[in-house]
Amino acid sequence: MDISHYLLILVSTVLVNNVVLVRILGLCPFMGVSKKLEAALGMGAATTFVLTLAAGSSHLINQLLVAFELEYLRTLSFILVIAGIVQFTEMVIHKTSPVLYQVLGIYLPLITTNCAVLGVPLLNVQEQHTFAEALVFGAGSALGFSLILILFAAMRERLEGADVPTPFRGAAIAFVTAGLMSLAFMGFGGLVK
Amino acid sequence: MTAILLALAVMAILAVVLGGILGFASVRFKVEGDPLVEKIDAVLPQTQCGQCGHPGCRPYAEAIAHGEDDINKCPPGGEEGIRKLAELLGVEFKPFDEGAAQPKPKSVAVIDENTCIGCTLCIQACPVDAIVGSAKQMHTIIASECTGCELCLAPCPVDCIHIVPVGTTVKNWKWRYPVFALKLVRPSATTESSS
Repeated sequence: MDISHYLLILVSTVLVNNVVLVRILGLCPFMGVSKKLEAALGMGAATTFVLTLAAGSSHLINQLLVAFELEYLRTLSFILVIAGIVQFTEMVIHKTSPVLYQVLGIYLPLITTNCAVLGVPLLNVQEQHTFAEALVFGAGSALGFSLILILFAAMRERLEGADVPTPFRGAAIAFVTAGLMSLAFMGFGGLVK
Repeated sequence: MTAILLALAVMAILAVVLGGILGFASVRFKVEGDPLVEKIDAVLPQTQCGQCGHPGCRPYAEAIAHGEDDINKCPPGGEEGIRKLAELLGVEFKPFDEGAAQPKPKSVAVIDENTCIGCTLCIQACPVDAIVGSAKQMHTIIASECTGCELCLAPCPVDCIHIVPVGTTVKNWKWRYPVFALKLVRPSATTESSS
């Protein structure tokens, strides 16, 4: 396995199979934390950290489960590991950046229930990735998530000042925008074969 | 039967390992006090005047950090102080609280030296140690230290302290910022013009 293989995985997870716009995972923080650009940056960083760690550690745990023929415990044990990592991240952020901790608020513990964070380890299992591939897949998905979150937050800050027809104000125009972004990202479809 | 026991054992080991990591993290990344309080306290003017309704600047900082009080109650900090707090906390700027004390022009306390009996009560009240004097001796105020917080007025038994606004002198005068009158746009007028 040479480096281009990993680069290919990275590009395909960030752009082609983007976790938010193509796989439609992790919409809760995508809509919830994208109102301010700074909060979106912080959320992106926290999710990147959690998702990369979750992808790596859940791969190890999957191997443990396969060794004992306990594959049916996969979802349960993945959730357990993710919850532990999120708690750990929360403590680190509380210590290092109290303002970010306040800005993220309830969305920080809610990374636990972010379906992207559970979906990526399960996809890793499904596609039978090696440990290194799983790590790159997790990091790439997280980078794709952060990229979309930041782009979308910047758009929503502009939308605040836009003259939107009354029935479309708020979440409605946000979902329309997200749909258009998703359409645009389909253009990357032919990038990786 | 063994399959169930095996499953239980694996999950238990997993839980114990994760619990150990979290336990270690809670000791390693323990938050002493609230770091946010320190940052808010650094923005407040430290006059300890109590005009916000709290006994000093630090209790007010704690109240802001816990969301118990608003950021617009510090008259010595002025609008600039509210602006800094709003930026630090990532909230919207808001004008001064209607019910709270309003910001006053910068002023200092002056002791009428003919009436002062040297009781030292005002020295004990001063939060910034701007009053010099001793028992049975006339007191005076260091004007450059005084914050004009008015805390020394109440304890004085002979009412010899007055608050004097610092007027503009040749030394501290400066150009005013240019102010442009903004035209008021009525919402009804805009809807008429757009339709």
